[in-house]
Order: sequence, then structure tokens, then C-alpha cells
Amino acid sequence: MPVLHAKSPAPSDDKRWKIVETRMRRIGDRPAALIEALHAAQEAFGYIDNDALHYVGDTLGVPHSRVYGVATFYSFFTLKPEGEHTCVVCTGTACYINGAKDILSGLENGLHVKPKHTTEDGKISVLTARCLGACSLAPAVVIDGEVKGKVNAAELVAHLEAL
Amino acid sequence: MSELPAAARPNQRRANSGEIANGQRRASAYVCEAASCMSAQAHDITLRLGERVAEAGLTDVTVKRVGCLGLCAAGPLVEIAETGELFSHVTPDNVGGIVDALKSVKPTDTRQPQGPFFEKQLRVATENLGRIDPESLDDYTDRGGYEALKRVLGEMTSTEVRDEITRSGLRGRGGAGYPVGLKWTTVAKAQGTQKYVVCNADEGDPGAFMDRSVLESDPFRVLEGMAIAAFAVHAAEGYIYCRAEYPLAVSRLRTAIRLAQRAGFLGSGIGDTAFNFDVQIRLGAGAFVCGEETALIASVEGRRGTPRPRPPYPAVSGLWNCPTLINNVESYANVPTILRNGPEWYSNIGIGKSKGTKVFALAGRIVNTGLVEVPMGTTLREIVYDIGGGIIDGRPFKAVQTGGPSGGCIPAQFLDMLVSYESLLEVGSFMGSGGLIVMDDTSCMVDIAKYFQDFCREESCGKCVPCRVGTTQLYMLLDSITRGEATMDDLAQLERLAGIIQRTALCGLGQGAPNPIFSTLRYFRDEYISHIVDKVCPAGVCTITAPEVMA
Repeated sequence: MPVLHAKSPAPSDDKRWKIVETRMRRIGDRPAALIEALHAAQEAFGYIDNDALHYVGDTLGVPHSRVYGVATFYSFFTLKPEGEHTCVVCTGTACYINGAKDILSGLENGLHVKPKHTTEDGKISVLTARCLGACSLAPAVVIDGEVKGKVNAAELVAHLEAL
Repeated sequence: MSELPAAARPNQRRANSGEIANGQRRASAYVCEAASCMSAQAHDITLRLGERVAEAGLTDVTVKRVGCLGLCAAGPLVEIAETGELFSHVTPDNVGGIVDALKSVKPTDTRQPQGPFFEKQLRVATENLGRIDPESLDDYTDRGGYEALKRVLGEMTSTEVRDEITRSGLRGRGGAGYPVGLKWTTVAKAQGTQKYVVCNADEGDPGAFMDRSVLESDPFRVLEGMAIAAFAVHAAEGYIYCRAEYPLAVSRLRTAIRLAQRAGFLGSGIGDTAFNFDVQIRLGAGAFVCGEETALIASVEGRRGTPRPRPPYPAVSGLWNCPTLINNVESYANVPTILRNGPEWYSNIGIGKSKGTKVFALAGRIVNTGLVEVPMGTTLREIVYDIGGGIIDGRPFKAVQTGGPSGGCIPAQFLDMLVSYESLLEVGSFMGSGGLIVMDDTSCMVDIAKYFQDFCREESCGKCVPCRVGTTQLYMLLDSITRGEATMDDLAQLERLAGIIQRTALCGLGQGAPNPIFSTLRYFRDEYISHIVDKVCPAGVCTITAPEVMA
């Protein structure tokens, strides 16, 4: 199927746009590549900004409204930059009954940060995950991509403060 | 340059494995490198153990990375394959004992791991877990991999394949239990030349990790199952829709697809026949509702994952309006073994209309958290107490939760029930994908119901009113109960509203959302009453603000 819309240029000469472009091209620059393209942009830049939304939509021939709709529908995508460090708290059932609630309230009291927010100094973002599937480590958190199991709130707060 | 993450260093990953020919190998150490053990430095253990084995001059010993060894609670795990000796809580610094044990292994040893955790299991879909290197096609074919596909392509017609799957009695392992053979036949007979095969690996139920373990430990099996399905339904293109939260599973799947393509098990002209089939991965993006098949299709097409009314079913009109077969990871994983051992072999396992085995993820307040596979008809007591090792700290068992957010809590009086699709429905729960979460007296059942309602409310896609508005109302009612602010009228309202949502929601997420409420009300109504009338949370979980009522 020929692509009818003109090829749109990358928002800047940042090399990371190449990654996004390649991933879209591999699926044929079709609207079906939208979610893959958003994944690529988030992997490359850490979050998806307005430039990325426009670029992806223009390349795939998807209206901006729909790009925004898809990007906000899926909780995995984030439209704002995260803090220097991220701490993802698993709230799956196994973690929940083993104390995930205490960890979230511990973070709220200790670091004054609510889930899905970043500390005022921009240092730590606290996120939640539905289930990491690491139920044997419950309660589990992921700090900067590294899974830590059987955590308790006080130790976690101390660990994050020391980062 | 900063050090690359482990997944980006393929040539370092095999330690010294694969260098010793079969005849000269005396002993092998299998290091579990599935997600749970990996998060505890399992890969460093493989490397360190390899070094130590080399330093000790054990030239006839292999150190091999394998998939999930099952007993996640004791991880990181290392097993000596010949003696079945299992080392738990291994760290890169305490591998000395393993090296010593490897010295005394005799090549004639053929023992299996001991203990009820292993002996009560029957492994079909997980037969290769912890036995093969998940990134080695040779390992997979050494254990009978791709024999089934070769047999299918060499000597069977697509009708015969569908017939064998139908006779095996295999039912969908994603939860609903629809007969797999029937679904395959519907897709095969549907009008249209373009057809698709889709693998649902969007394992969203919290507390479930069966599909993740299978994909991380034995990805070729899923590809083989999909290829056989594609042959049976005349499809040439396949998609695996996998959660983005499973990076290790995705990376191993990508490797497996590449190796299978290179070896001619995927691509065009498979097995020197006219059969073509190729597979692509699509990543989910954290939407639970995408496990529902019509929502999954929308997501693969790059749209918001919202379900649509059925019929038409995807078997008739699915991806891009073409007939589409959608099965779950575990369903496909069973297919190669069924075709290798015959449908009668499979249908002899299990009870009643629930044939074969089921993989369960044991989690919660249980000693042996891990991955198990048992024949249908095993009792809950055997699963929780024999295989699972009972409750942590010997506390009293309260309930086991199955079926995820659409499931229910099964109380102690049903511990001797034989597990099957039918029996779980009878007691107000649901097979679901296979998460079994064990709860003891530290869990408040009203709080658990609230937890699942919170989950459904957040994951509701917003398309239909009963789910979008109703789940939030249910959550607010439950919240007021847990705070001790509700009245008995609120409880009646909760039940009435739950019934309405169950009858009127568009898809399984909404229809199933009230189930945790119904099942906890059925067996733990007294806990609801305690919160409402006595203003007391019996488990001491909920913070009740209203003053306690003195009797």
C-alpha cells in the first residue's frame, strides 16, 4: 500500500529520532505502528513530548488527536519527564497483601511524594506497577530498573534519600 | 563506556556452557535465569560459577543458564542436573559448595529433585522449564522440540491436526476455557484468504506469572505451537501481544524468533513444504483490558484498547476484519506435546471436562512461592500445603484467590475440592489464567474486595457506562465500609449495583468486576457486618475512623 502523506522531517537532528524512524519504517509507516512508535520514542527519550507526538502522527498518517488519545490511554506511556531516579512500587495482589500499602504511605510520609509524582527537587519519581510478576519477592520495588525484593518502608526511604 | 545491561552482552552469557560434547560431560550445573532469580544477580552466579569450575579444572562440567526452576521463593537457584540437588539462596560469593558437589557427581546419576514440591507436579506445558537454555534452539530440539511440527507438515492434513487437538480436550488456558479445537475449526472454516494467528501474552492479572515464565524459559515451544495452529487454520502471519512490563520475556522471544527463522522453522517454505508462517511481536503498554480479545485486536492495530461487542467473534472477524485465532501462551505451549504424545495421552490426564494439566503461579502468604503445574483434579489442599509448603509462619489459612480481578476468594471449607474449570465456577470463583494467591488471617476480605475494585476502576477503558461509572461507585461504597462509615443500606446498595454491572457491562472486565465482592460476601459476610455494625476490622487492616460500638 503506498503511503500517501509526505514524509515528515524529524523534529531535530538528535540522533535518537533515527531509532524512532527505523521502528516505524519496519512496520511500514502504517497507522498500526503507532503504539510501537510511541514505545520507541519513550525508550529513546525517557518520555514522550509534544514534538514526538506530532512527528509520530505525521509520519504514520494518524491525526494528532488520535495520537494523543492513544498515548494517554495506555498507562505505560508518560508525557512528562521523570525525576533523576525512579522508584516503581509493585501493587500486585501478592505485594499488596505483603505490605505494598505501607511502602506507599512510607514514601509519602518520608519523601513527601505521592504515587505518580516527583519530589520537589526533581530527584525521585514514585510510580506504581500493576504487577511485576516477581511475586516471590513481595513486596517488590524497582529502583532505576533494578528489582529489589522484600523491602520495608523505612529502609527504602533511607536508600532513596542516599541516592 | 558504561557497562551494558546483562541482556546486551550475549557472548558473555553462556559462561562455559555448550563447549563439552554430550559423551564427555559428567556433570552440569543449571543456573536459573528467569526474572525472579535474575533480579537477584543470577547472571553473575552463572559467570562466577563458570570461572570457579574452570579454576578447579573440572573440564567435564557444564555450567548452563536455564529457565525457571519453579521454586522462586528459594531463589536464586542452582540445580545439579544429574543428582537433582538444588541449591537455594545462592549468591555469586557462595558458589564454593556447588563446585564441591559437582566434583562427586557420577555420569550415571539420573536423580530428580526431591520433595513434594516437585513430586506432586506433572509437567506438560512447562516440561522444558529449567531444563533448557531458553536461547538455544539445539537445547530445544534435543528435548523433542519441533518434532511435532515436522510430523504435522510431513504426514498430516490440517483437518487431522484440528481433529487431534479437539480429541485431546484442550481448553483455553487464558481463563474462560473455550475448547481450543472448536476455535481452530471455526477459524479454519471462516471465509477469507487472509487469516491471522495471535498469541495473547498480555498477562495482566496481578499475582500471575505463568506466561512470563514460559516465555522466558521455553520461547520456542510457543512459536512451535503457533506454527502448528497456523497450519491448522491456514494462516501465514502471527502476532505475539506481550506486556511491555516483561522485558526479559520479550528479549528471549526476539532471540527465539530470529533463531527459528534462521533454522527454517519460521518464514517461507517451512520444512521444505509450501507452508509459510512468520511471527511479529507487539508490545502492550500497560492496559489490563487488552487481555480481552477484541481490545487486544484494537491494540495490535495501533488503536486505544477498547473492546467491542461480540459477535462477530474474532474467529470470524478479527485483526483488520480477517478471521483471527487468539489463544493464550499456555494453550499454545501445550500443543507440541499433545501432537507428540497423542490426544488420548493428554485426555487421560485430568477430570471430567477439564483435561490435561494447569500451570499455577503460587504467591501471597505461602512458603513455596513459585510456578507449578498439576493435573486438573488436584485438590487445593495438595497445591497449598504439599506443593506450596503451607502458610508462612504457620498462620491459619483464610482464603485462596483465583482468577485475578474477575475471580473470587475460596475459603478453607473447599480446600479438598478438586480443581477444575467447573468446580471453581461452582464455588463462585474462576480458573482465570492461573494465579493462586494465598491469604492468611492478616488479610481483611473487605479490603481485598476494595483492592480489586480499585484495580477494575482504574483499568476500566471507559467505553461503557456500567463499568466506567459503576466500578467507581462500587469502590466508593467499599471504601466507606472499610472506614466504618457505611450502613446496612449501603451494603444492600452494593449488592444491587454489583448485580447490575455484572449483567450490563460490555466486556469481561466489567462483567467480572463484581465477582470479588460476590465471593467475599458469600463466604465472609460477617467481616462486612463487623465493619458496618461493630465498627471493627477483624483482621486489623482497615483504619476505622468511627468510634467502636461497645457490645
